[in-house]
Parts: sequence; structure tokens; C-alpha cells
Amino acid sequence: MRVESYIRKPNRPLQLYAVIFLIVLYVPVLFLPLFSFNDSLYVRFPLEGFTTRWYIDLFQRDAVWNALWNSVRVGASVAVISTIFGIFAAKAITRYRLPGKGPIVSFIMLPLVVPLIIFGVALLVLLSQLGVPLSLYTVAIGHLIICLPFSIAVLIPRFEGFDASIEEASADLGENAWWTFWRVTLPMVGPGVLSSLMLTFTVSFDEFILAFFLTGTQPTLPMYIWGQLRFPQEFPSVLALSSLIIVTSFIIVFLGQWINSGATFAANKEKKA
Amino acid sequence: MSEQTLHSGIHPAEAQRRASWFGRLLYRSEAARGFSLLSPSLIFLLIAILIPFGILVVMSFWTAQGFGFDTNLTTHNYEQFFERPIYGALLSRSLWISGTVTICTVILCYPMAYYVAFHVHRNKMMWIVLMTLPFWTSYLLRVFAWKVVLGYEGVINSALISVGLIKEPLEFLLYSQEAVIITLAHAWAAFAILPIYVSLEKIDKSLLEAATDLGDGPVYRFFRVTLPLSLPGVISASLLIFIPTTGDYITPALLGGPDGAMIGNLIQKQFGPINNWPMGAALSIILMMVIAAISVIFILLTLFVRRRIS
Amino acid sequence: MSRESAFISIQNVEKYFGSFRAIDNVSMDIGHGEFFSLLGASGCGKTTLLRMLAGFENPSSGEIFIDGQPMSEVPPHMRPVNMVFQSYAIFPHLNVRDNIAYGLRKQKLPKAKRNEMVDEMLELIKLPDYGDRKANELSGGQRQRIALARALILRPKVLLLDEPLGALDKQLREQMQLELRQLQRTVGITFVFVTHDQEEALTLSDRIAVMAQGRVLQLDSPSGLYERPKSRDVASFIGTMNFFEGRVKQANGTGITVEAQGLGQVTVPASEGNWAKGDTVHLAMRPEKLALSDEEPETGMGRARGTLQNAAYLGERSHYFVKLDGLESPVAVSAQNRFDGELLASEGGDVWLSWRDSAAVILPAS
Repeated sequence: MRVESYIRKPNRPLQLYAVIFLIVLYVPVLFLPLFSFNDSLYVRFPLEGFTTRWYIDLFQRDAVWNALWNSVRVGASVAVISTIFGIFAAKAITRYRLPGKGPIVSFIMLPLVVPLIIFGVALLVLLSQLGVPLSLYTVAIGHLIICLPFSIAVLIPRFEGFDASIEEASADLGENAWWTFWRVTLPMVGPGVLSSLMLTFTVSFDEFILAFFLTGTQPTLPMYIWGQLRFPQEFPSVLALSSLIIVTSFIIVFLGQWINSGATFAANKEKKA
Repeated sequence: MSEQTLHSGIHPAEAQRRASWFGRLLYRSEAARGFSLLSPSLIFLLIAILIPFGILVVMSFWTAQGFGFDTNLTTHNYEQFFERPIYGALLSRSLWISGTVTICTVILCYPMAYYVAFHVHRNKMMWIVLMTLPFWTSYLLRVFAWKVVLGYEGVINSALISVGLIKEPLEFLLYSQEAVIITLAHAWAAFAILPIYVSLEKIDKSLLEAATDLGDGPVYRFFRVTLPLSLPGVISASLLIFIPTTGDYITPALLGGPDGAMIGNLIQKQFGPINNWPMGAALSIILMMVIAAISVIFILLTLFVRRRIS
Repeated sequence: MSRESAFISIQNVEKYFGSFRAIDNVSMDIGHGEFFSLLGASGCGKTTLLRMLAGFENPSSGEIFIDGQPMSEVPPHMRPVNMVFQSYAIFPHLNVRDNIAYGLRKQKLPKAKRNEMVDEMLELIKLPDYGDRKANELSGGQRQRIALARALILRPKVLLLDEPLGALDKQLREQMQLELRQLQRTVGITFVFVTHDQEEALTLSDRIAVMAQGRVLQLDSPSGLYERPKSRDVASFIGTMNFFEGRVKQANGTGITVEAQGLGQVTVPASEGNWAKGDTVHLAMRPEKLALSDEEPETGMGRARGTLQNAAYLGERSHYFVKLDGLESPVAVSAQNRFDGELLASEGGDVWLSWRDSAAVILPAS
């Protein structure tokens, strides 16, 4: 039997387009790791031989380790806080009749569409007027603004994916809100929580625009790279560092997306059954 | 079964006595429960967005004085904007660049979204993850990657030279508006694909079959059914790209050169080397107003067109 | 039923969602051990009322008492009631055994005791070997039983059932109806059952409250609702009913005579209510209370002549539609089929309708 319907019959040109599209999407990024193993100060063809010295060089720099540690601290705290806030907010948005819910949700999602430079300068102005010195904390506050909507957007489909009566059943069987959360809600939205933690961590870890305005004396990793871009002789080590960051981000995000969409898939199946 | 009930550990009257007025409010009012769950996010965002914006607006009416500010309110910065052509030129160049980026990205991404929505049957999820994966990696690094590709001694030039197609590096590749447009379009592709994909995926396949059944070939079917129904996705994709790219400053700073500088670079410079914060604040406010106005006009226009079609 | 013997007492309860009135001043009492049904079309407020008993919605005004305790400030998890949800709400991340034992956590029972209780329940719902199955490996009927077991293991004072049979196919539904009724007798718990299926309600319930637009139209036993409906809405919601517009001609101690359109004069027993001469009324007659024949019926019964418009053969019985002079829509008659399966009269032929005095019910007009 033919599986595809008339509408869905294969379309070769479109398929070719899709493959080219993906290649164009990935190739520029993949040049970074390629040249990071190139034994030359200059980023140009032809390649001059394989080396790992840029990576070894990187491992011996305290500044890199410090920046990495700064980024991890900011990223981890932002991920945890925005995911916790996000769980509450997503539950409220999906489960309760609230007056003015539409405008509230739009407001929460605002940071996803407003140019980040505006948030950056606005926060900078506020902090300087309050006399708050710039530090990793101010970077984290900035990152929280963008990660919170991300986290909520990831979690809302998870809450929508299961029937509210499952939580009601738990209350009905004698569990209060706290135990219902641990015994039913969390296991049900678990993949979304994990995914939210991973994605928000990555967003914060990679974020540069806000960090540019809000970083004090301790740079995050992207800020460190920005600083190094001025020095041509640092170019190969920046390539190496960038490659490491990209590979790490790819892995974390891929896992996060995989967990999340896998769960969505299962939830849809469950609904259809 | 025995009469004795094992059900509730606490007698209802006891539960009633224990509940504080707040607990009772939470139980009685659904809205109160909802808002208390929402409050951490909402309060944080209100403080972190509205207050800074308020101060930004106020500061835009101040003037810079040496290292401090003259806090007398004046429209001096806004007058400056209209008096000195450089500001307006940069703003219109930003709008032009991000407008081009928006149109290119949406047109290039639409077939991709269409392909995944209608022609991928197995591993759909895999395709979506693949398409959006690069978007999650550092924006700075993606821009940096294009610098490597387009640079004077970059991938394209050195590859073409070593193959022997050209002798001198092509100079227009880097530090030009084209470089900025290519990089931005590449960087924001995921933002275009997702909304378009979602709106295509929502289309009931039997509508397409109905259109075919009623005599439309693939081309007519696309323009009369598929495209109008996916218009909401196209609109949100356009806004999702246009708005953030207008304020971008990393791409022009790394790849734009003097010809490719945008309003974002100017704002950033006001807070950096130029050190005229009030002017920077005013420029930010103007940028936001212009973006908001264009978005509203765009939405109204598409609504109007849609009503005319249907 | 007196207030004292009422096990559940709903007193002047109203519920608004925004400006929409979902429940409109409802009061009713439900006795201990009763199988009580809330019957009505979707949107009539029956589910809202049930959810207020469970504690998921709060009355905007009024009070609900369960076993003498006011419930308005008792949250769902502290109420002595359990619910079987329409979707069953089986926890998908737990197996059958853990689903059934879910509510036992607070009792801190030894493991052996808990297992014993779960086994007992699995036995009761006739799924003894299903303990280790995952929720998504179960059929609709099995999920429904597990939802029942999960609630009953806590020995609630009241079991609430929200259209629990709605998702099952016809055959399984009829089988589950029997089992449900039997189960209720075994455990002796008060059941409050929500359904839109009138046949189901009639089969299962001790008493039924018929609801529409947030109000209780009539609260009665199944036979009371069927035989003695108090309004046209109830009469037409439960079963099929023929209505005839009419006017009271005479009312005294021996009987009430109504001049009804199409039927002529119909006399009903005086016990039918307080009606005075000249009242406009509706006369209601069930299709099976009318007899159909092609010969003139014996004396002593009400009668009318008409034309058989069409007939539908349904196996054990047939439905006939008879056109009477002066009536726009035909009168429905339901009759047992003869052993040879032949219709009682041929379509288009003249027929007689006849009825006993007690067949008709007088309802207020409109």
C-alpha cells in the first residue's frame, strides 16, 4: 500500500533544497573547529597541517579557566532560578483562569522580541543610577530576563501535554499541593524541566549582548573571546576556544531538545491512544 | 467495608481552624492561587523591565556634562537626532538592512519549513532539532564564524586564490552591508523556520485535498490555500526577525565596517567611548518607537490584505 | 428526605464563572448509601455540581455539607470523597499497583498490608493479574476499573463518578453498568453519578436529579421521572413523549377532563393535580401507553381515529406514527410486535388509537 497521500508525495527539488539549506546552515560554523586544528596563525586555505597546540595553549591560561568558571556559575544559577520560576508560571498560565492572562503572557514573552541592546542599556542605566557596581550578579540578572521567557515557553507545552484531571485526581486521593507536585506534576513535566535547565544554561552561557553592557571586572567566556578578537596573534586560540564552546552547546542543546520533543511525541501518542 | 473512614487524616473542622486567612483566600480564589504562582516571574520582570525603561526614558531628557549629567529635563537629545543627519541615516540604514534580512530569511526558510511540514514523515523531530540547533549556539561565535568565512584572508578568498580563480582577495566580502545581511539572515534562520513550520503543520491536510479535488493544481493550491493559511506564521516570523536585527550591533561591529554600521553600534558607542549616556538613551527610545510603529503598521497591513483576500 | 437523615446536603448553592451562572440556587439532599444521579445535557451544570462536591470548584454562595460537616473551606485533599474522572486520570508514570495504592501513602501502612489491600481491590475489579502493567497498556474499560479501585481503596464516604462510562462502547458500557450497580451494593458507599445518558441513569439510580441551565428540574426515582414528569422539559428529556395542547373542561373529585387537540376529551384521575376549569395545559402520553389497532377498540377506553403515516420495524417492537386530524406532527406509538413479525396495520390505512385513563399526564402549558 502507498503510504504517502497525493499531497505528501515526494518532491525531489524540495528535498535537494532542504539538504543544501542544512549544509549552508552548518558549514560556516564548522569552519571554526576545522581551522582550530590548522597549524598556522592565519585562517586561510590551503590548510598547513594538523596540530593541537592551540588547545594545549588554551588549557594553560588561567584567564580562560576563570572566564569559564564565571560563565558556568552565572549559567547554572540562571538556569535553576529561571526554571523554578518558569515551572510556577507555566502552571499558573496553563491551569488557572486568570483575569488579563493574555496581556500578562505577552509581557512575559516581551524579552524574546525586544532588541537586547535596549535591555542592556536600560539595565545599565538603572544600575549606575542605583550605584550598584557591575559584577557577575548584574550579568545574571540580565540573563534571567531572557531565560525566564525561554523556560516558560519550553514548559507550557509540557503542562498542556497532560490532562489537568491527573493533578486533580491526586488532590482527590488525599495529597496536598506539595505532595501532588512531587508525586505527579514533577514526574509528568520532568523532561520539560530538564530541557529548560539545559536550554537556559546554554542561552546564558553563550549570551554576549547583555553581558557586554553588564559585565564588571570578571569576564564571562564570550566577553573573554570578544577581548581576544582584537589581537591577531590570538586568533587560533580563539578558534579553539570557540570550537569547544560550540561543541559543548551543541551537545547540551541537542540532548535538551531531544528529551523535550521525545516527551512531546510520547504525550501526543498517549492522547491519540 | 467498615463505617470508619480511613480517608482523611485530619478532621475537616480541624483543617478549617488551621487555615490562615491567606490560606483560605488561596483556596477560595482561583485567581489568587494563579497569581501567587505567577508572582515570582511577574514581579521580577516588572522590576527588571519597567523600572529600567522608566529611567531610560527620563535619562533621554537629560544632557551629558563632562562625566556627569545635567538633570534638567530638555528635549535637546531628540532635537539633535533631527538636526544631525548621521543619526537618521544610520537608523534608516538599520531599517533597510533588517528589512532586507527579514524578507530574504522568510523567503529562504519558507520552503524548508514546508518541506519538513509536508514531506518529512519519519524523524520529523530530528529535522526540527537539526534546523534549530545552530541557533542555540553563541550568537557571537556564529558571527565570528562568518568573519572567518568572509575575511580578507578568509575561507572564501583563500579558497578561490588557491584554486586559481582569482589573484587578489575580493574586498567587498568583508566590511560591507552585504556581509551584514548574509550573516544576520543566517543567524536568524531558526526564528523564521519555527513559526512558519508550526502554522503549516496546523493546516488540516484534508483542506489541501479538497482544493485539489475542486480542481486546483499544486501552484494554485499553494497560493489559494496553503499560503493564506500559513500567513500568521509568516507574520510572526517576520516580526521575530525584524525587531531584534534592527537593534543588532555585534554583526555590524565585526563585519560591517564603516559602510555597514547600524544604529545599535551608535547606541553602544554612546555608552562606551563617546560617553554620552543621555544621547544613547534617547537613541534607544527612538529605536523602540520606530520599531513599534513599523510592527503595528506591518500587522495592520497584513490584516488588511488578508481581509481583502478572503 | 429530612435534613437530619441527609448524608450530603446541598443548600442554596450558586456558582458563577465570571457573569455566567453555572449553578442557579440548587438545594438537594442525598441519603446514605444511595446511588444518586445528576442527569442533564452538556452544560447543564451537573459536572460543576460534582466538582463542587469534590472541592475543585467553590460555590459562589450557599453551602455543601457532607456527613454534617460544612465543606466550603475544606480543600479537595481533605474531603472524605473520592472521584472517578471522566478521563479516568490514571497516572501514566505509575503502574496499576502504584496507581491503586496512590492514596495510601498518608496511612503509613506496612508494605505487606498495603499489598494485601491492593490485591483485594484488584480482585474486586476482576483484574487480579494486572498489577505490574503500565497505565498506557490498558484498555478503556480497564482504566475505568482502576480508577474505581483507586478511589474505593480509601473507603470514601462518597464516591463521585463523572460520566465514567461515556468513553466505552455500547456493549462494554452495559456490562459496566451492571457491575457498577453490583459494586455499589457490595461496598455500600454513597455514589453520586453524573451522566447525560437518561437510559443509564434510569438503569443505575435510586434517585435522579434532572438538571438544565444550572437548575434542578425534578428530583425523583427513575419510575417517578418516567411516569410522572412534572414539566414538559423533563418529560421530553426522559424517553419519548407525545404532547397534546389542551384546556381543562371539568375538574372534580372523580377526575379531570381535558379537551385535547386531536384526541378529543380525555379524562385522567383526580390525583393528577390541582387544575381548574379553563386552564390551558399539555397532555403527555408515552408511546407505549397508546394501543394501535385497525378495529374499533372496546368501550371504556379513550380513543381516536387516524391514519398510519409510517412504521419502523425494530425487531422486538415497532414504532408507528399516526396522523390525527387537527394535529401537525404525528403521534408516536410503540407496540410489541406480533409473533409473526407482521405490522399491526399497513401504512396509509385507517387505524384506531386507544388508551386507559391513567395513561395521560397533565403538565402546565409552556
